[in-house]
Amino acid sequence: MIKDITLGQYFPGDSLIHRADPRVKIILTLVIMTNIFLIDSYLAFAVFAGFIAMAVFIGKIPFAYTLKGLKPIMPIIVFTALVNIFTNPGILLAGYGPVRITYEGIDTAAKMSLRLVLLIMSSSIMTLTTTPISLTDGLERILSPLKHLKVPVHEFSMMMTVALRFIPTLLEETDKIMKAQASRGADFETGNMFERAKSFIPVLIPLFVSAFRRADDLALAMEHAAIEVEREEQG
Amino acid sequence: MSIKVTGLTYVYMKGTPFEKIALDNIDLSIETGEFVGIIGHTGSGKSTLVQHFNGLLKPTSGSVYINGEKLEGKRARELKRQVGIVFQYPEHQLFEETVYKDIAFGLIKRGEEENEIDKKVRKTVRMVGLSEDILDKSPFELSGGQKRRVAMAGILVLEPSILVLDEPAAGLDPRGRDEIFELISNLHKSNKMTVVLVSHSMEDVAKYVERVVVMNKGRIEMCGPVRSVFNKIDELERIGLAAPQITYLMKRLKEKIPEINDNILTVGEAKAELEKYIRKA
Ligand SMILES: Nc1ncnc2c1ncn2[C@@H]1O[C@H](COP(=O)(O)OP(=O)(O)OP(=O)(O)O)[C@@H](O)[C@H]1O
Ligand SMILES: [Mg+2]
Repeated sequence: MIKDITLGQYFPGDSLIHRADPRVKIILTLVIMTNIFLIDSYLAFAVFAGFIAMAVFIGKIPFAYTLKGLKPIMPIIVFTALVNIFTNPGILLAGYGPVRITYEGIDTAAKMSLRLVLLIMSSSIMTLTTTPISLTDGLERILSPLKHLKVPVHEFSMMMTVALRFIPTLLEETDKIMKAQASRGADFETGNMFERAKSFIPVLIPLFVSAFRRADDLALAMEHAAIEVEREEQG
Repeated sequence: MSIKVTGLTYVYMKGTPFEKIALDNIDLSIETGEFVGIIGHTGSGKSTLVQHFNGLLKPTSGSVYINGEKLEGKRARELKRQVGIVFQYPEHQLFEETVYKDIAFGLIKRGEEENEIDKKVRKTVRMVGLSEDILDKSPFELSGGQKRRVAMAGILVLEPSILVLDEPAAGLDPRGRDEIFELISNLHKSNKMTVVLVSHSMEDVAKYVERVVVMNKGRIEMCGPVRSVFNKIDELERIGLAAPQITYLMKRLKEKIPEINDNILTVGEAKAELEKYIRKA
């Protein structure tokens, strides 16, 4: 029912990029993303595109995979491009009444679209080559100096790890419950938007019940583990 | 009603690096009124197979026929209704405010009339061995065994001709197990239902089932009457399965007492055989 979800979209592999320290990948990705915001010449865009293409090649990621992340953002890219084309004042290229297409408009639209595509692709490469767990681990270690300022970095990263860990479990559970309800006549595919939303009630309630049950079990287990740690520290 | 699958292959997450061939060219037919067991090591594809019987999964290749008709196109909806699947831990699917509403869920979806629904719900709740008082309670305040029965009632109320059960007794105490299996066995005998039972318990399979399908790594390894399948202990052990405990015990006993019959599958049979021996001795 839930078809082919690539989770945290990690693409397993053993390339140089896969093996690199997650901290390096996070920082490098941030640096690249900041630069993509700052650059403004087509030559610079080409350089970054080349750099990203190289990373895709070294990481041995199928090209179709890197484009997957773009799909949900596509409407936004198209929309910003259109707005830019039609609203920028400047040298007129073509026009009919109030509709004006200017040279500057096309230029800004192209750069904006390139910028968005490169941003998404560079962050995709990081998530495609790093497991969610090692990402949070990397993040925790980067932020660990904040511990001195009494920021609960470890607790935050623990929360993130737990959340990430439970996404696949919840998806699996959703799939199971949907199948069980479909077996007794539930229909998730027909009807208008309102009817369809309503048809998910028989899925959502059991899902919440099971999520709470799992959270309860986990809390109990963690509490127990924490007590052990405290004892060790004291003793 | 009968089920037939031919050349059935199913691949999870096809076209990704996580691709997994769960079923590999399966041929199987289950006749009307049969009680068939499916056993196999964990991950051998049992659940994947049965989810094809009511179209929850669509074959990657191959076909599924219900009563000789292909499970496809316009007739699919009608055919799917003939097959009721009770999943593992079915009580996790309960969601309504009252037991009554939960059992009636499928009937309401079908748009049946109110008094017809009422009749069927009351009949089914008695059939699964619960009293009608329970109908007004919340399903969440019942005991584990009661929840399981309510969930099964939610499927049985739809009056399927074929009942598929995936580990129906998992997590129940011995008495709960026996009661659930008695219920299933009764449905098979008195309602002439075709029953498919997926189970890890060789004891339960040996006791209730007529024919066994043994799965291993997405293929059917063996298929035949219970007695002949459980006789091939070596083959079963090679794929991580076993015969019922009592069979092993009787084989050991036979080493000491050569004149007893060691082709025994249930405790009842063993008792009868040993009594016969003692009387003779
Ligand atoms: N939703 C899924 N996505 C990907 N792979 C799956 C999925 N469900 C099952 N599999 C894989 O398909 C194979 C067969 O699984 P299946 O659940 O049919 O086994 P099973 O015989 O029912 O096992 P069990 O006895 O543990 O219930 C397993 O290797 C499993 O990992
Ligand atoms: Mg299973």
